[in-house]
Amino acid sequence: MFIAAEANENLAHISNVLMYSAMAVYTLSFLAHCAEWVFGGRSRIAVQSAAIAARREEPAGERAVTVQVRRSGAGTATLSRPKVVTKQPDRPCEDGPGAAGEDEQADLLGRMAVSLMVLGFLLHFGSVLCRGISVQRPPWGNMYEFSTTFALVAVGTYLVLLASKLRVRWLGLPVVTAVLLDLGIAITKLYTESDQLVPALHSYWLWIHVTTAILSGAALYLGAVTAVLYLFKDGYETRIAQGEPGGRLTTVWRRLPAAASLDKFSYRINAIIFPLYTFAIIAGAIWAEGAWGRYWGWDPKETWSFITWVGYAAYLHARATAGWKGRKAAYLALIAFACFLFNYYGVNLFITGKHSYAGV
Amino acid sequence: MAENTDTVRGRDTAEDRDTAEDREFDDASRLSSAPEEEAAEPAAGEPVGIGVLGWLRWIWRQLTSMRVALILLFMLSIAAIPGSLVPQESGESALKVDDFKARHETLTPIYEKIGMFHVYSSPWFSAIYILLFVSLAGCILPRSWQFVGVLRSKPPAAPRNLTRLPVYTTWRTGADQEAVLAAAERVLKRRRFRAHTAHGAVSSEKGYLREAGNLLFHISLFGLLIAVAIGHLWNASGTKIVVEGEGFSNILTDYDDFSSGPFFNDDKLKGFGFTLDSFDAAYARSGSQRGTARKFQANVTYWDGSEGADRKGTIKVNEPLEIGGSKVYLTAHGYAPEITVRDGRGDVAFRGAVPCLPQDANATSQCVFKVPDYRTKDNGREQLGFQGFFAPTFGGATPKGMVSQFPALDFPALLLTAYHGDLGVDAGTPQNVYRLETTHLKQFKDAKGDPFRKALRPGEKFSLPNGAGTFEFRGVREFANFQVSEQPGNGLALGSAVLAIAGLAASLFIQRRRVWVRAAEDEDGTTVVEMAGLGRSESARIADELADIAADVQAGAPAAEDRQTRESEEE
Ligand code: HEM
Repeated sequence: MFIAAEANENLAHISNVLMYSAMAVYTLSFLAHCAEWVFGGRSRIAVQSAAIAARREEPAGERAVTVQVRRSGAGTATLSRPKVVTKQPDRPCEDGPGAAGEDEQADLLGRMAVSLMVLGFLLHFGSVLCRGISVQRPPWGNMYEFSTTFALVAVGTYLVLLASKLRVRWLGLPVVTAVLLDLGIAITKLYTESDQLVPALHSYWLWIHVTTAILSGAALYLGAVTAVLYLFKDGYETRIAQGEPGGRLTTVWRRLPAAASLDKFSYRINAIIFPLYTFAIIAGAIWAEGAWGRYWGWDPKETWSFITWVGYAAYLHARATAGWKGRKAAYLALIAFACFLFNYYGVNLFITGKHSYAGV
Repeated sequence: MAENTDTVRGRDTAEDRDTAEDREFDDASRLSSAPEEEAAEPAAGEPVGIGVLGWLRWIWRQLTSMRVALILLFMLSIAAIPGSLVPQESGESALKVDDFKARHETLTPIYEKIGMFHVYSSPWFSAIYILLFVSLAGCILPRSWQFVGVLRSKPPAAPRNLTRLPVYTTWRTGADQEAVLAAAERVLKRRRFRAHTAHGAVSSEKGYLREAGNLLFHISLFGLLIAVAIGHLWNASGTKIVVEGEGFSNILTDYDDFSSGPFFNDDKLKGFGFTLDSFDAAYARSGSQRGTARKFQANVTYWDGSEGADRKGTIKVNEPLEIGGSKVYLTAHGYAPEITVRDGRGDVAFRGAVPCLPQDANATSQCVFKVPDYRTKDNGREQLGFQGFFAPTFGGATPKGMVSQFPALDFPALLLTAYHGDLGVDAGTPQNVYRLETTHLKQFKDAKGDPFRKALRPGEKFSLPNGAGTFEFRGVREFANFQVSEQPGNGLALGSAVLAIAGLAASLFIQRRRVWVRAAEDEDGTTVVEMAGLGRSESARIADELADIAADVQAGAPAAEDRQTRESEEE
């Protein structure tokens, strides 16, 4: 006979306190990010350097990559280095300097924002960990738990990208904003006391399914945010190329990476995650086969994951089809992500199906 | 990372598109067998005047173009939406369909006409995915041939002007042409490029797995489609309620309800069966989710085939039991009061455990007991019916019934009213076992003339008014709902899904790329080495790779300290 392990109330309480602390720290990080963008925009250096960058004569869209020739014998010193010339696309793609511009004060604020984000992440991680220990299972059994883990993975992914020396600090503000929103909704609307699971959720395929789905969602969020920024930056670059003024938020757009870089970054995330998301759906189907006797039954949740999946497949096709690149493909990526979000919040809250969980 | 060649080709200006050099350049820089969009967009009016065949060819070409595939994919995802918003007859929301129809009188006829209640088998949904799969076939076949052709032929010859390629490098060396090319071919082969030398240049290519993966992925989609079709046409599934101590054998008449695909032959039901020895359930006793189930487990003894030996097994919510190719799932459970009814003469008229239908999360259950073989005191033929509620944890009665406060058997009680007359079971029309047809029944009245009502605890019994008989509530057994299903095609579906993911990963993570090395003797006796690479994007990776290869080639063809390199060093 299975004796239901009583949830450890103490740990559950600690988990909640840690969650509130994490949210407070994320809020500070949010403010620091905002300040970074504001001060970075005022910086005269940023404006000047952008102006200089615009004037600088680019060698006809070519970028040189010099390569060190590796030699084993020390005696044969380097004779010369082959110079690999890489061609650039039509539009000069000068990446902006980032949120801080080249303002030292703003840069300091930005670094503070990142440090706060790391601190928030640690508290947040502690909270999720305590929750998991208190219920003696992976803490992904209801929507409150999905949401907190989702936010944790989003922050974690962003920090890993930063740590691997990718220049993605411009993602900081959108990430922390979404995380605050997500956690706010989780705490106020979706909160469920920590507890055991109904038998339908006792399956290791469920854990595989949920883990991969959460990972996919968090990464796809980064892809979608980048697609939005791409659309803005692309609009800005088009205006500049036509000799028009850059628009009201010029100082913001100027500091972002080039549209081409944003586009590529967004595509890479989506393309890397697509097989993982496919796997998540298949793991879900395997679980459904074990739990309900059919691997696919057009339950609303299944239907919307199908819609999302086909949406991303359409996006990948669009990228491979000449007339659909760029903006149109970005719109498709956003539609697909909207489907993902609807599947997450909308289907759980507004449509009842088999995928209803303990609590919400 | 995967990107595609169009950006590379797209840079070419339109004016010089038709020169021979450009065509040759285009051929060399095609890294995918994706149909070219130019082909999909014929000049306006192209099909006019070519006759029916021309039109057909035009339609086929449209259908198999990437653009149409894209549009069909988009349509497919939009078409799937209504089925998630409107209840579906075939799905798990089947019970809600009638409810929906009752609430939407004007919408219902329209919805019925356009198949809104069975979206995923409606003509328009089918049309989209069938067109998509036709398009897919039309796309995969030529691409497969083309890919086989690519594998059998050599990597494309070096374009005349290597400087036009996205990554490029050059140097002079004292080594002669032959030595440079031999070194280059060796280096490339060591790096697992397919390489060959012709006309003073090495052509090489790597990453064929990308294209293979892409084809595998798309072909696996066909596998999935076939698996779904097989599952739909040959499936069989039915449900059965089994009370503890009772059994089930897999013949059509033993099912409570049964449905099968159009091609399933009922005679093919496999001979197996099982008895439910006991049922274990556990519930949360405290906390906010008090009463939610923590464990359900059916302990069974089963046999496979008429001569099969008895074996013990368990069935849990996520762990079906597989017997002879069929799977037995545990879908629900409830309580079956054990009762004995004696007639007016004191003889046993009914004895057994009858399942009651659970109504809420605490297993408040609705009970109906039908006693068709009953004699009155004076040996008259009549029938008895009892109707009421069962609560595993009795929490008090209300005028309308009673409520249970917890789903476990903590304080079971039964509340009943009784009827006599004609149950209507002899009419031959099938009757719902959970409903009492009271039109030809008369309710027993108590001494005051009110409807006769009694509450019982296990072990208790009551007598019907006027010595009409007794009703004894002996105890409670659990029952379980089982779903027995035979789903051919599941293995194929899983296999296809696994292949699809493998193909997808290869297709998205492997980069197909080409490297060319040309060596030409210069007037001053040195050799000019030119190297160029082409990947599916202007990503840094191909540049880094080319640089690495260049470095390796330089081991066999060291760069000469000469005018040109010195100049470039000083830049
Ligand atoms: C049944 C629906 C289909 C689905 C779910 C689907 C899905 C996908 C996915 C996810 C990719 C991305 C992999 C990659 O970029 O390499 C892809 C690529 C591709 N698909 Fe499909 N596809 C479908 C139908 C079709 C059809 C009908 C065609 C032909 C007209 C087609 C032609 C292609 C081609 C050529 C590529 C490779 C593009 C490239 O080289 O980058 N697909 N497909």
